Amino acid sequence: MSVIVTSETRLCVSGITGSEGTFHTLNNKRYGTNVVSGVTPGKGGQDVEGIPVFNTFARAVDETGANTAMVFVPPPFAADSILEAADAGIKTIIAITEGIPAHDELRVFTQLKRYEGVRLVGPNCPGVLSPGKANVGIIPASFFKEGNVGVVSRSGTLTYQIGNELAQRGFGNSSIVGIGGDPVPGTSFIDVIGLFQDDPETELIVMSGEIGGDAEERAAEYIAEHVTKPVVGYIAGFTAPPGKTMGHAGAIVSGSKGTAVAKAEALEARGVRVGRTPTQVAEIAVEILQG
Amino acid sequence: MDLLEYQGKQLFARHGIPVPTGIPARSVDEAVSAAQEIGYPCVVKAQVKIGGRGKAGGIKIAQNADEAREHASAILGMDIKGFTVHEVWIEGASQIEAEFYVSIIFDRSAKKPLVIFSTKGGMDIEAVAEEDPDAIAKLHVDPLIGFQPYEGRRLAFEGGVDADLVRPVGAFIAKLYETFVSEEAMLVEVNPMIVTPERGVAALDAKVTLDDNALFRHKDNAALRDPSAEDPQEQMAHERGLTYVKLDGDIGILGNGAGLVMSTLDVVAQYGGEPANFLDAGGGSKAEAITSAVEVILSNEKVTAVLFNIFGGITRCDEVANGLVDAFNQIKPDVPFVVRLDGTNDAEGRRILAEANLPNVHAASTMNEAAEKVVQLAKEASA
Repeated sequence: MSVIVTSETRLCVSGITGSEGTFHTLNNKRYGTNVVSGVTPGKGGQDVEGIPVFNTFARAVDETGANTAMVFVPPPFAADSILEAADAGIKTIIAITEGIPAHDELRVFTQLKRYEGVRLVGPNCPGVLSPGKANVGIIPASFFKEGNVGVVSRSGTLTYQIGNELAQRGFGNSSIVGIGGDPVPGTSFIDVIGLFQDDPETELIVMSGEIGGDAEERAAEYIAEHVTKPVVGYIAGFTAPPGKTMGHAGAIVSGSKGTAVAKAEALEARGVRVGRTPTQVAEIAVEILQG
Repeated sequence: MDLLEYQGKQLFARHGIPVPTGIPARSVDEAVSAAQEIGYPCVVKAQVKIGGRGKAGGIKIAQNADEAREHASAILGMDIKGFTVHEVWIEGASQIEAEFYVSIIFDRSAKKPLVIFSTKGGMDIEAVAEEDPDAIAKLHVDPLIGFQPYEGRRLAFEGGVDADLVRPVGAFIAKLYETFVSEEAMLVEVNPMIVTPERGVAALDAKVTLDDNALFRHKDNAALRDPSAEDPQEQMAHERGLTYVKLDGDIGILGNGAGLVMSTLDVVAQYGGEPANFLDAGGGSKAEAITSAVEVILSNEKVTAVLFNIFGGITRCDEVANGLVDAFNQIKPDVPFVVRLDGTNDAEGRRILAEANLPNVHAASTMNEAAEKVVQLAKEASA
């Protein structure tokens, strides 16, 4: 097992013919991901190193049985592409695109709730990697190995840092899920932590949050009520000044809301151990796993 | 992007929201001639992106040209909580019967716009919420169907406005919602929204935050950005397409990925250092982007040491190393650098740096070791 992307994944890439799209699609394919098709309006009938390209998601799904979409198109077109994938019946949509307008994300999120069982991961995320099974997105798979630690994070590079620290101590991952740094993530900490709780392969969960919003506080409540597996937390942004967007559109302390201190305290109050550095997160995880 | 009060009011006016007539001015003479045109009494209001202007003496009523000159002279150039006043807004004085509050925020938690209304305006809404929570009416709006007339009535009735004001208040909020959606704002706030003696309502203040990610389809709004009001380093970084936030300390920071950079700042602080900036060189940082970033970091004179913390994914460590070598050749920095390279092509990156043998560049093998080293170097530099 593993979550969101597995050996059952049949991937269709929106924006496959763009330079970034092609590069990462082929990377994912080399890793072993079953990439069945791509979509670029106007380029239907072409192929990218043997991967057939279609004009619409509807055709791509009909002809190649795609069940997962990766969205790589530029911000002005990304919301449209996500909605098209969902309308074509795709259940798992992973949106890598950074810089989608927040109001577009709001409409997309609200519309997707009308479809049964559709999951959007991202936008502005590095994707999902299930080591040994499939990689959908831009996570450098070589730093991770198969194992039993589930990682969910709002940041890409910070995930690599934590994953690498675990790998150096001999531990691997069931899945690594980047939920993205935008204000309206399609998938929340709670959603992924719930999946890890139900995943027999996952023994420990690492959640890496950051300033802005209240997703970490809500996750803390959820963990206390529903999660029996150990969870180790990390929060980035203790030194972030209020009112400044720290790189990610969603990483902003608004007045006294969304601070790292409040998030770490909320987690600790619910019994989640919080590492103060990525290294400490790995140390705590190892300590728990070695019992 | 935050707008100045008058820019917000001009935006409101375009959507049919009643606002007092006014004219912006950047000099005392401009302010006086604006006051003459508006007529007296008029209000001279400091235009800065921070609250508490009235208490700081940044809002004054002028009864004649002499007073307009006196107030404009005092307010232009004034410092309000660290913000220098470069511009004033001259506005006709309003007659006020009552002060209400209304705002629409992009509620990330509920993933819907949240409308907040209260008849207790003119004061800090968070204080009202604490002292008298019943005085606040609020509701979430479905983003796909938009604001409905009944929602306006509900807010007005629950807020407890007089019967004759239910319609004008509802209509005002509907127009504010239209502004929020069509201009793609993250926040619109009117405090106070005033009731006039004619029993109409108007926006006496305007606080607007626009979504930076949506500015590409709002060229007029994008043009409101005022580089002169920005910090020089932030302006320089913006022009070069770098994500940079200036901080108060003396240790320059460069990393890749927002989360890793935030984490790097925290770890430096834990070792007793004070970061001078946040700089995300971004995914796939090319050599020229690195050179450009080093220039921005070093243009802050407070910087006494620099930390590079790279975990390569899309970013390749050899590219970063080449960029750093180029930067040293071009800029010849006189402060120490600590460099930690891990991830894609890290061995090659480290080899490039070792061979270049750059003066005063220290390699570190972990993030913690790098942070500890840079803090020590910064302390030595300032000792």
